[in-house]
Amino acid sequence: MVSSILPLTLDAVELRRGGKRILGPVSLTLDGDGITIVLGPNGSGKTTLLRTMHGLERINRGHARWTGDADRVHARQAFVFQTPVLMRRSVLDCIAYPLRLDGVDRRSARDRAAEVAASVGLTATLDAPAQILSGGERQKMSLARALIRTPEVLFLDEPCANLDMASMAEIEAILIRTRNAGTRIVMSTHNIGQARRLADDILFLHDGRVIESARRDAFFAGPGTPEARAHINGDLLP
Amino acid sequence: MNDIYQGLYQAMRLLVTLDPGLVEITARSLQVTLTATVIASAIGLPLGAWIAVNRFWLRRYAIAILNALMGLPPVVVGLMVYVVLSRAGPLGVLGLLFTPTAMIIAQIIIITPIIASISHQAIRDLWADYHDLLISLHASRRQRIATLLWDGRRALMTAALAGFGRAIGEVGAIMIVGGNIDHATRVLTTAIALETGKGDFALALALGFILIALAIAVNLALHILSGTERGSRW
Repeated sequence: MVSSILPLTLDAVELRRGGKRILGPVSLTLDGDGITIVLGPNGSGKTTLLRTMHGLERINRGHARWTGDADRVHARQAFVFQTPVLMRRSVLDCIAYPLRLDGVDRRSARDRAAEVAASVGLTATLDAPAQILSGGERQKMSLARALIRTPEVLFLDEPCANLDMASMAEIEAILIRTRNAGTRIVMSTHNIGQARRLADDILFLHDGRVIESARRDAFFAGPGTPEARAHINGDLLP
Repeated sequence: MNDIYQGLYQAMRLLVTLDPGLVEITARSLQVTLTATVIASAIGLPLGAWIAVNRFWLRRYAIAILNALMGLPPVVVGLMVYVVLSRAGPLGVLGLLFTPTAMIIAQIIIITPIIASISHQAIRDLWADYHDLLISLHASRRQRIATLLWDGRRALMTAALAGFGRAIGEVGAIMIVGGNIDHATRVLTTAIALETGKGDFALALALGFILIALAIAVNLALHILSGTERGSRW
């Protein structure tokens, strides 16, 4: 059995940019399974928190620690960006790209990419340039690229932003299947309905700090802070 | 206008009759320029990509100098190469002065900054798009540069063609280091300069038209071979 890269521990992590604190101090532990939804208003630090966990941001204070050696930690996590990064390649080659980095030969990587594309319902012509995909297809392509290495932990930064309801439903179905297959998911969203549908746990951020961390039902039944309550109710915060 | 018409007529005549003198200097022009472009691309493209991807001390100044070198005066380059390759120079023992090799060296010096600077700009834009993805996927430095060069190949071809365009029309440096020796180092541009000096404007114009046609033909051939601007390709 492959040993887990979890738990991830953030210990008093703080990020500053241009002399301004943009995140933290944040202390939390990510472990177990399921989907953690990161909620919070614009500018609360959701994206920064996800990027910090994934290792894309430089931490100014505190520590983020995964379990295991660095190469395995990098190889066993993936990130889906809010705006899909479209490489100037065919859809199939975009999806196969992580395997090509791992040294898998082109043919095998493309065969595996076709399987993953089918599993996410990507029906577009796989040999067409990625640039011609629709919004929903682009996000599916990004998901397929993230899933091709079968990550243990998957980060998604508002993957359904700007998608219609049908595309959102498809993405959510893929995420539920991925979660059920054993992948730990951490995802930010603005969509309260989506958080209710998908979350096992909720992290609520305000002003760069995690001010609430709870199981989904507990969070929605009785948010412990006025900010979270206002966010759920759609109230305007001063 | 009469000279222009005569030039066009002569150009057609030289082409139709496949004039041996014309074929020789055209072939030499292509040989010198394509060799210089290939070598300068092999240096300039990875250099541009490396500068785009890496952060290092004095990077800003390196970019500024690279951009400034795009405007290197060919006559000065020719003079410097001449001094280095002349008998009394440090590389005089190689006996390269007044050979096509000397002309290639001068052209490489002139066009490498052009290719590196344009490719740096193209790769920098692509790097901005790919940065987070490549870091997230834990691509090594070598893999990042290889990916950017491959995915940016259309823009990089433009960089190489810009270098080719500059080199094929270059006269000052190759006149100095090549000497415009008949059957040895004469190329289209130096022949044009010679005919203009002799007052044969019609022949000079004819060679000029052929030079322009040659530059267009090489550009077209590369675009067709690489399949740009075709249907769903980019």
